[in-house]
Amino acid sequence: MADQAVIGGSGASLLPALARRSEAVVIPLAALVVGFAIFAVFLLTQGKSPADFLGLVWKGAYGSAFSWQNTLSRAAPLLFAALCVALPARLGLVVIGGEGAIVLGGVAVGALGPAMAHVPAFIALPLMAAAAMSVGAVWIGAAGALRHYRGVNETISSLLLAYIAIALMNQLVEGPFRDPASLNKPSTAPLAESLRVGNLPGMDVHWGLAFGILGCVVSWILIDRTTWGFAARIAGGNVRAAQVQGLPVGRLILGFTALAGGFAGLAGFFEVTAVHGSANASLAAGYGYTGILIAFLARHNPLAIIPVAILLAGFGAASGLIQRRMGLPDATILVLQGFVFLSILISDTFYGRYRIFAPERWGR
Amino acid sequence: MTVIGEEPFPRGALEVQTVGMTMRFGAFTALDDVSITVGAGSFHALLGENGAGKSTLVKCMMGFYHATAGQMMLGRREVKIHDPRDAHRLGLGMVYQHFTLVPSLTAAENLVISRHDTPAMIDWAREKKALDAFMSAMPFRVPLDQPVARLAAGEKQKLEILKQLYLGRRFLILDEPTSVLTPDEADEVLGHVRGLCEKGEISVLMITHKFREVTAFADEVSVLRRGRLVGQGRVGGLSHAEMAAMMIGASAARAPLPREGAPGSAILSVSGAKARDRSGLKEIDIESLTVRAGEIVGIAGISGNGQMELMEILTGQRPLIAGEVEVEGKIYHATRPEALTLAVRYLPEEPLRNACAGRMSVAENIAFRSFDVNGVGRRFWLDGRGMRDKAGSLVEAFKVKTASLDTPIAALSGGNVQRAVLARELTGDVRLLVISNPCFGLDFAAVAEIRSRIVAARNAGAAVLLMSEDLDEVMELSDRILVMSEGRIAYETPAATADLATIGHHMGGHA
Repeated sequence: MADQAVIGGSGASLLPALARRSEAVVIPLAALVVGFAIFAVFLLTQGKSPADFLGLVWKGAYGSAFSWQNTLSRAAPLLFAALCVALPARLGLVVIGGEGAIVLGGVAVGALGPAMAHVPAFIALPLMAAAAMSVGAVWIGAAGALRHYRGVNETISSLLLAYIAIALMNQLVEGPFRDPASLNKPSTAPLAESLRVGNLPGMDVHWGLAFGILGCVVSWILIDRTTWGFAARIAGGNVRAAQVQGLPVGRLILGFTALAGGFAGLAGFFEVTAVHGSANASLAAGYGYTGILIAFLARHNPLAIIPVAILLAGFGAASGLIQRRMGLPDATILVLQGFVFLSILISDTFYGRYRIFAPERWGR
Repeated sequence: MTVIGEEPFPRGALEVQTVGMTMRFGAFTALDDVSITVGAGSFHALLGENGAGKSTLVKCMMGFYHATAGQMMLGRREVKIHDPRDAHRLGLGMVYQHFTLVPSLTAAENLVISRHDTPAMIDWAREKKALDAFMSAMPFRVPLDQPVARLAAGEKQKLEILKQLYLGRRFLILDEPTSVLTPDEADEVLGHVRGLCEKGEISVLMITHKFREVTAFADEVSVLRRGRLVGQGRVGGLSHAEMAAMMIGASAARAPLPREGAPGSAILSVSGAKARDRSGLKEIDIESLTVRAGEIVGIAGISGNGQMELMEILTGQRPLIAGEVEVEGKIYHATRPEALTLAVRYLPEEPLRNACAGRMSVAENIAFRSFDVNGVGRRFWLDGRGMRDKAGSLVEAFKVKTASLDTPIAALSGGNVQRAVLARELTGDVRLLVISNPCFGLDFAAVAEIRSRIVAARNAGAAVLLMSEDLDEVMELSDRILVMSEGRIAYETPAATADLATIGHHMGGHA
């Protein structure tokens, strides 16, 4: 009867359950540390102190109310960008073209701006958000459709679609949607003041953060608590098993990639309405690519994306300070991100190797 | 590598002995004091259920594991083997169940690159000449200039053995070498191996599950159970029943349930169904196939004759060019709602590869069939507690051995994965059950249990379509037997009057 107690899942199984879950935390954390250790060696070769670097990151990212606000503002688009990677990943797809959906979502908002200038904000903003989400959904959904119907690798197609999206944005912003008043930096017409999304109460951080966190929570519920999410996890775990179960794999792929693209489009919406005020080349700021790193660090768990996005947004927020105080170029943060991403990818091979995380192998 | 005793070793086949070989993994003893002698030039079979320690023993011999205790003797000299390279240098080689050849390279290229001393620049003209000389001294050959991908399975396995000889190995471990071969191919390959043993070129230790091959080709047999050597002897003196008794020990497997009841109305009917096969070159053409309620229709055939494609047609993974599949008179496309209302269930072969998501938990895998239904309609919110409770009672009812319901299903043994899949697919109303190779690679106890569950489903009124490469399984379970050959149903007979020779004839496509 001892076996039954374990199977019953009562208090006795708390420790094994904890051990099983901790694997998904301990391994990425270790990878983060290893990635930073390699970066530290890189810093030493540049004659800089890793300890100074960490101190400045702390100061620039989390050291004061001001730096916290800077960090959180940067986290908003990263949350959406990471969701754009994490949702398809649960279906076994590696989509890395979120940048394209962000950019086009922003362009859609910028293009609609003039037409919405005299529409009340409570109607105009949801309409513009819907437009941004739709454009993003079509863009990433296209990568999903190519994968499902034509067998095109979604990683490559989404990346190439991102380049096309950026080119398209440049074309539109410099051509049909250009505000003649924007001289140095071609942009769409500035949004009416009524259409600018403001800050969260009592903070200098725009509403994008709240919606980003909401997006993560909704995604987690979708994946973890609904039958659709369960079906997607089956298809992601083994597509043959999903087919034998008669699950609509194609519809799941289309739905999840479209939703992922919709979230990325929403990032573009907030970048335009809350940050830039118009659509221009600043939309292609690399959030889509940092989002890939965040999603992988978070093991594609939407709730884990929240802290990880805040962590990486902190690096971005501190980069200015590091540049000034340590005399390191801007790209230093990219070097750090590169090392961390490599060690995260390598860490994927360590799952299931350690007995401490596998209670069924304890005591053998 | 350490050798105690005079060198060099005598030429030709090696005598290999393990003395008191013991291997512990933590508190678990995988191998307990096993002493086996494979005489020079003898063909020794190693029998045992899954998990009996066969693989552990040969891994210790080859230096993949370092035995906790015990010695290896080679040609009566004590040797210490630190890693597989040592084993190779001493002339020990291993042939695996699955091929280790590079499919896109030719046989000649595969042989040359397998050497340790291949130079950076290969003088192909010289190598070719050397290979031709080598081949002409061999009792059997394979085409050297063909890419390996184009060779049949039997040819590939012959090439694997040739490779070992080419590398100068004088003691071969064969790990279930015939599991991917047809019976004819298996006989040919093993015949050649036996010939090499008789000529004194090699000694062989073969891991196998097939008694027929033991009787036909081996001189001696050793039987392992739970890590212990439980029986040994000359093959001539042992009957299949005696070998089976040694393998499974005291707790014998249950006999299949007696069948009862007569077949009812037609449940599955396939008519004029045509589809492309795997290669896209040939056609699967099932003119007519009917399975009625309360009967098991077994499809026998050599693998690769369209059984896999037929399974894919029935699971909706392979589109039809013409014809249709009907279940209870309704056109069936294998969508989830159809499978649900018509109560169609599947047991695909290799359940971990085709019916489970390895990283998901046992409880989640058991819920694949039912997670989205709640009795009245489709549910949107997942019922985690309900799934767990149901999985808990099914795990108990089907005796799935698992540490907990949260264990990833990939951590279970093959038999327990299949039990979990059975628990999922056989629960509730089952009107049509489509099965492919349900007992492939499982141990005796699991096989008997799984077969009896299939018969029980039939007795309860399910229509069962069983595709199996194991003819004994088809004969044991079926009410009616069909033979598939080259994508068609070549022969049909009631099981009661089935004649093995005739079935074998049709399997080979000679009729």
